[in-house]
Amino acid sequence: MTTTTGDRRIVIEPVTRVEGHGKVSILLDEDNKVKQARLHIVEFRGFERFIQGRLLWEVPVLVQRLCGICPVSHHLAAAKALDRIVGADKLTPTAEKMRLLMHHGQFLQSHALHFFHLCSPDLLFGFDADVAMRNVIGVAAAHRDLAVQGVMMRKFGQEIIKATAGKKIHGTGAIPGGINKNLSIAERDGFLKDIGQMMTWARGVVDIARGYTIDNLATLADFGSLDSNYLSLAAADGSYEIYDGGLRATTCDGEIIFDHVDNQLYDQYLNEEVRPWSYMKFPFIKSLGPEHGWYRVGPLARVNNADRFTTPEAEQARQEFAAVTDGKPCHVTMGYHWARMIELLHSVECIQQLLNDTDLQGTDLVVNGERRAEGVGIIEAPRGTLFHHYKVDEKDQVTMANLIVSTTSNNEPMNRSVQKVAEDHLSGRMEITEGMLNHIEVAIRAYDPCLSCATHAMGQMPLTIELYDHEGTRIDERVRG
Amino acid sequence: MNPIKFTIDGIRIEATAGQTIMEAADAAGIYIPRLCAHPELKPYGSCRVCTVLVNGRPQSSCTQPASDGLVVENNSEQTQHIRRDIIEMLFVEGNHYCMFCEKSGNCELQAIAYRFGITAPKFALQFPAQNVDATHPDIFIDRNRCILCARCVRASRDIDGKNVFQFLGRGAKRHLGINSDANLKNSNIDVTDRAIGICPVGALLPKRVGFHTAVGQRLYDIEPIGTAIERRRSAEPA
Repeated sequence: MTTTTGDRRIVIEPVTRVEGHGKVSILLDEDNKVKQARLHIVEFRGFERFIQGRLLWEVPVLVQRLCGICPVSHHLAAAKALDRIVGADKLTPTAEKMRLLMHHGQFLQSHALHFFHLCSPDLLFGFDADVAMRNVIGVAAAHRDLAVQGVMMRKFGQEIIKATAGKKIHGTGAIPGGINKNLSIAERDGFLKDIGQMMTWARGVVDIARGYTIDNLATLADFGSLDSNYLSLAAADGSYEIYDGGLRATTCDGEIIFDHVDNQLYDQYLNEEVRPWSYMKFPFIKSLGPEHGWYRVGPLARVNNADRFTTPEAEQARQEFAAVTDGKPCHVTMGYHWARMIELLHSVECIQQLLNDTDLQGTDLVVNGERRAEGVGIIEAPRGTLFHHYKVDEKDQVTMANLIVSTTSNNEPMNRSVQKVAEDHLSGRMEITEGMLNHIEVAIRAYDPCLSCATHAMGQMPLTIELYDHEGTRIDERVRG
Repeated sequence: MNPIKFTIDGIRIEATAGQTIMEAADAAGIYIPRLCAHPELKPYGSCRVCTVLVNGRPQSSCTQPASDGLVVENNSEQTQHIRRDIIEMLFVEGNHYCMFCEKSGNCELQAIAYRFGITAPKFALQFPAQNVDATHPDIFIDRNRCILCARCVRASRDIDGKNVFQFLGRGAKRHLGINSDANLKNSNIDVTDRAIGICPVGALLPKRVGFHTAVGQRLYDIEPIGTAIERRRSAEPA
């Protein structure tokens, strides 16, 4: 397609093997040099608006409908915000641990899905391998054992979610102030029967991710990589944390920007920018401004930011990961995969510990306290830090909702990675092949974006309509921003 | 007095004088779907989900008295078709979002839809503009989910002795009104009133207890609607 300025536009639509729908547009000049490359999010949700007026206890069940892959993350983030509103500042041990178990089940299933189903075709066959093979069916044909592991690990995680939330997708377990069920002995014993196998497979998949990264470090080191800031939760002692803790932001050199930030005060430290060409917002660290304050979230950020893991095998794996960069933050975008598998191993270790904790069979499930008008819940979703912020009135109805979804935080970095890979692999080429374009998608996939979750522009949504003639020349454009 | 004798789907039924077809069927272990009918309330006949063919003519079984020699069709293709269309119309005339409704799993409309295998609306969704009255500290009304069955109207009047509810408007504009100058907060309703618990859908509910029952432990997770009635028949000796 040629634009009125004579530039050539290449569009990858849809971006495949990611959650949700997006497209990439690449603008080439007359010398085939990349002028601009952007990841566009082409769907819109609007939950922040239509949740207004709903009853507060509906929120954890309602907002999780944002997503079919990580509903547990939204369910728990909303529940944490609502805990604050109903004055449940300390949950019962049973409620706290049931939620943790649900959360780790979610990490296990989501990470397994991403690594085995979505990304392994690129890693196993090569970025520009035959597209007919470069998919999950190809993986099943060529690496049957791996494909089975992926399916079974995801299934185990989904069953954990069902046992804690009531359903594998869109459950109702977490309620304001607690949980609505405990874990029965029969459910526990069913999981204990298989946990040993899960540990073995989790160790194996960390080995695969580590081996792949180290063996290909020469080519991966600069592939869409960015010297970025990182944001995550961290425990009070600096260790890895995905359910509670304070916000920690670090620079590309590993220096602390802020640490132990109270969840309720997140908006004093972060801001969001709206741009007219995407439904996704662009968050940034306030003190650094929109130009320099963008940051990355998710597995790479969490593993970079964590002083240690609380489980032995994940901590050993983290030390091996950190050793590659001499303890400095790893900026290799493809390092997300290795970090993600270390997290998967940690979640399996935590599931094993929790299953042996008799608090899960407790019957004290819900607490309440002094009512508040506002609450923020922040957790680490598989894809990164997730913010849910609600205000309610005295009638128990929601008056304001603000969601900063993990993928939203990675919006700017993903766009920068897309631009970088496009410049490195497409610029100046006389012929653009499908394999070259897949390089762009490989960079996007490393972030494991959930595009459907992330489309939450505030206020009136920005919208661009472009009009093209029969020869593909753009003849008009209308922008509402 | 000799019992009244008639048949439902060819099965011989006995009823006592004054019983409706539905009451006789219930006693005999034959389930007839219903939404406005309730054992604690007088027959009303508004929802028509309990339509049966009586000697070939459609009648609401909750209001039609049983009488000698009636030939009633309950599970015929024609009755099922009528009921199915009525249920589907109830869904599209309101805003029934089961996925986040706290009544889900305990909702009679949802349970009947499952029984009929209704998974998606056949008719065009109307998306009516409805409101939520959350002014009362312990109770709320979500009119998006009201099916105008009048259970609350009748229970408040006949059981609670309060007359809190009444219908306002006609036809498509018919809606649940409250006997107060403004809203639920200004009425004399109480959270323990039978009018609340008797609502078959998620329109009239107590506050702050939503989702406290886990999936798998809700009423219709345990067994489909009508099973308790049908169990009476299967329990009888052959």
